[in-house]
Amino acid sequence: MQLSVFSKQYSKMKIISFTSILCFTLFSFNISVAQFEIPEKPSDSKQTFVYDYTKPKLLSKRDSTNLAIKLRKYSDTTSTQIVVAIISSTEGEEIKYLGAQWGEAWGIGQEKEDNGILILLAKDDRRIAINTGYGVEHLLTDAMSKRIIERDIIPFFKQNNYYGGLNRGTDAIFEVLTGEYKGTRKSNNDFPVGFFLIFILIFFVILISISKGRRGGGKGGRGGRSGGIDILDAIILSNMGRSSGSRWGSSGGSSGGGWSSGGGFGGGFGGGSFGGGGASGGW
Amino acid sequence: MKKFLPWIIIGILVIGLYSWGKGFNNTAVRYEADAKTAWSNVESAYQRRADLIPNLVATVKGYAAHEKETLEGVIKARSEATKTTIDANNLTPETMAQFQQAQQGLSGALSRLLVTVERYPDLKADKSFLELQSQLEGTENRINVERNRYNQAVNKYDIHTTEFPGKLLAGLFGFEEMPRYKSDPGSENAPKVEF
Repeated sequence: MQLSVFSKQYSKMKIISFTSILCFTLFSFNISVAQFEIPEKPSDSKQTFVYDYTKPKLLSKRDSTNLAIKLRKYSDTTSTQIVVAIISSTEGEEIKYLGAQWGEAWGIGQEKEDNGILILLAKDDRRIAINTGYGVEHLLTDAMSKRIIERDIIPFFKQNNYYGGLNRGTDAIFEVLTGEYKGTRKSNNDFPVGFFLIFILIFFVILISISKGRRGGGKGGRGGRSGGIDILDAIILSNMGRSSGSRWGSSGGSSGGGWSSGGGFGGGFGGGSFGGGGASGGW
Repeated sequence: MKKFLPWIIIGILVIGLYSWGKGFNNTAVRYEADAKTAWSNVESAYQRRADLIPNLVATVKGYAAHEKETLEGVIKARSEATKTTIDANNLTPETMAQFQQAQQGLSGALSRLLVTVERYPDLKADKSFLELQSQLEGTENRINVERNRYNQAVNKYDIHTTEFPGKLLAGLFGFEEMPRYKSDPGSENAPKVEF
């Protein structure tokens, strides 16, 4: 009798311990697996630039379309793909780490240039991350991403204006990236070097002409002044050269592939690679 | 005809064996190369962190010169960490452990430094410090990402070379198991750069 009670108790204990172990393993299993599952890469025809996975949607339909059109336009002119993804929570994962995996999984950006940027917003975590592909890291640096988040995005988010923050943030990213990735014309990358060389050349020519003028003697004062004007002229000229250069570049770009002029997003995400660059911030 | 049959069978067998061995070998070589590339990315991410440190130390020194011990600790750990590199052809569990230990020493020294920074509000508001901080944060993330990729690459290679029929050939061709980057013991105290 006693024995049977004992065994009953024993079996009860066994059950309890078993369930606790089960709970424990389930729990720990949960911890190790509780990670955000990156949504499957949308098929080429369904790809856009703004993905809102929250319910109800964080952005109104109009806002998200506006943002998508803006980003598509930018992608068409520069080939740099900036994608906004909005989720409710990263489920405990570090948002920047998740962002890098996500960008890599979807292959945002062109394969050879790795010029993709993923802006990941976790609504309930109140965190946002800008993740940069390998190819834009040198322009949109971590510090720059952080600055954009802190100065351009979060002030809007604090007032619950999510569209405003994303809109301003993407504009800020455009500003940072301006002058790079003009279509496929890669030679543009060398432009500043050539410009710099020309500048040095002009500088030397001026220097020589000044020293010659000085050596000419007599009208030292006037020579100096005319030299000054020369330098000023040169600077103005060179500035004109630069600004007209960039103006030419951007106009060339927009005429090259306007959004409405077709071509569009045909290629889809090109297989850009992400190495974990960027920054995150909360509000 | 009957005389040739065994020869034909042997011939087919030889060709079959050859193509199997060749296929296995080339895939293993490719996976190994991928893993090595991934490893060099891990190292360059760490190098990136090491490169940030002189600037960081200089900035902190400007505000907290008398935190000598901590600053020197970081410099020492940095030189230790930059000294310890692994040739990609020599990836063994031992060299890996060594590398990890050196980097961990640097992580520890860095987090100590960042804790002391807490006491200097002026420093915390310094613009270049803020930039360095965000760079450091980004670099830590890069390290995590590259480490993860390396482990994935090694995983692929290891599965290929240790699954049953392949294992026989792996021993024959001398493909050894590659070490994974184990998460640091106590990695939860990795330098926390958020304030």
